[in-house]
Amino acid sequence: MTTAANSAALVSVKDVNKHYGQLHVLKDINMEVSKGEVVVVIGPSGSGKSTLCRAINRLETIEGGAIYIDGKKLPEEGKELAHLRADVGMVFQSFNLFAHKTILENITLGPIKVKGVSKATAEKEAMALLERVGVAQQAPKLPAQLSGGQQQRVAIARALAMKPKVMLFDEPTSALDPEMINEVLDVMVQLAKEGMTMIVVTHEMGFARKAADRVVFMADGQIVEQATPEQFFTNPQSHRAKDFLSKLLTH
Amino acid sequence: MDVIIESLPIYWDGFLRTLFLAAVSGIIALVTGTILAAMRVSPVKALRGFSMAFVEIARNTPLTIVFFFCAIVLPRLGVRFDQFEVAAIIALSGYTSAFVAEAVRSGVNSVPVGQAEAARSIGLTFGQVLNLVVLPQALRTVVPPLINILIALVKNSSVAGAFFVLELFGHARQLANDHGDAVMQVLAGTAVFYLLMTVPLGILAHRVEKKVAIAR
Repeated sequence: MTTAANSAALVSVKDVNKHYGQLHVLKDINMEVSKGEVVVVIGPSGSGKSTLCRAINRLETIEGGAIYIDGKKLPEEGKELAHLRADVGMVFQSFNLFAHKTILENITLGPIKVKGVSKATAEKEAMALLERVGVAQQAPKLPAQLSGGQQQRVAIARALAMKPKVMLFDEPTSALDPEMINEVLDVMVQLAKEGMTMIVVTHEMGFARKAADRVVFMADGQIVEQATPEQFFTNPQSHRAKDFLSKLLTH
Repeated sequence: MDVIIESLPIYWDGFLRTLFLAAVSGIIALVTGTILAAMRVSPVKALRGFSMAFVEIARNTPLTIVFFFCAIVLPRLGVRFDQFEVAAIIALSGYTSAFVAEAVRSGVNSVPVGQAEAARSIGLTFGQVLNLVVLPQALRTVVPPLINILIALVKNSSVAGAFFVLELFGHARQLANDHGDAVMQVLAGTAVFYLLMTVPLGILAHRVEKKVAIAR
């Protein structure tokens, strides 16, 4: 995996700030992600990494600064925001599959309602995606009938069905039983290899080593350190990062 | 007992009129209540404010006063109707829609916030998120309380009888006047006809409750 040749930023975060009441959760965040780049965001809980991820498709509002997707500023509300969100895939910690729709309908809803794709085409593409993430035989079931790992793979397929320019993963394996983590990570590694631009908030250091082009380390609402996985894990520069990594290794 | 059998045609007429009054008001209330609930959760502040004000006023005012307002104040403000029945429908549906709005809103709140976030993240607009993802799930949990509201509506429609609408209670009042010696029987008969509407609704509520629980 090489760092993306294309230097034009696909996602650009400029001077972003956010407070939850007194708590300053994002402090002057600046970050750029190039096309095809896989960025893994790690850090202790409460460091603001999830908030940053959610801010990128405006599930969280921001107070200062701006976020650009493919050169376009993220609108505050309305139809333009919906349009831009369609280009940004999101995978949540708690899967959030639509509980009242079948697996197949979960995938086809976006393409049919947002992109105006015909039902037949949407279903064909959905089946291909389900095949790709290995859950095609579950298509007629309801989400609650699937295991967590299967649900999360469907959630990835649902996001991919919109043919997004960038995929955001907000702790995609944190709610999974240990034996199901790998099946989800495998799909994500495959995606990374295929050249998808990804921003991944995770605690899975193995994934960061294997698939990331760059590791972003956050603590207390700030980006403390950015480096290649190799550099970050073998030779962290900041005190906070050293501290964080040493805690991971004790068990 | 004779009184009831003798008056069956009158009871039947009142029964049908009450049914009509409740059905029309019920449908209007369900639609406007759902719209009010949608306004209440919308991102537009003015809509939220209007919905909240309407709901709080309507559901915290005694129904009789809502009826007086519709039957007496509205005509003075220039809203004219040929029959009191129209005023009754406005009063009943307006009053009931506030309860529907609260029930639907609590249903919307019962849908995990992640469902709406996921829907927004694939690019659905606010209206689509509500119509395609949140409301279909909300309405399932809301059906039992909604049926309770409809039962209350059937009973509340009797207030119209006091405003010269000849529905079940209106007829009963006249029957009681005509048969001063059998008021007990007349009222008991009336109650039975109300029960004919409300008990089946209650049974329906119970069945639907069992059926629509969605697994998460």
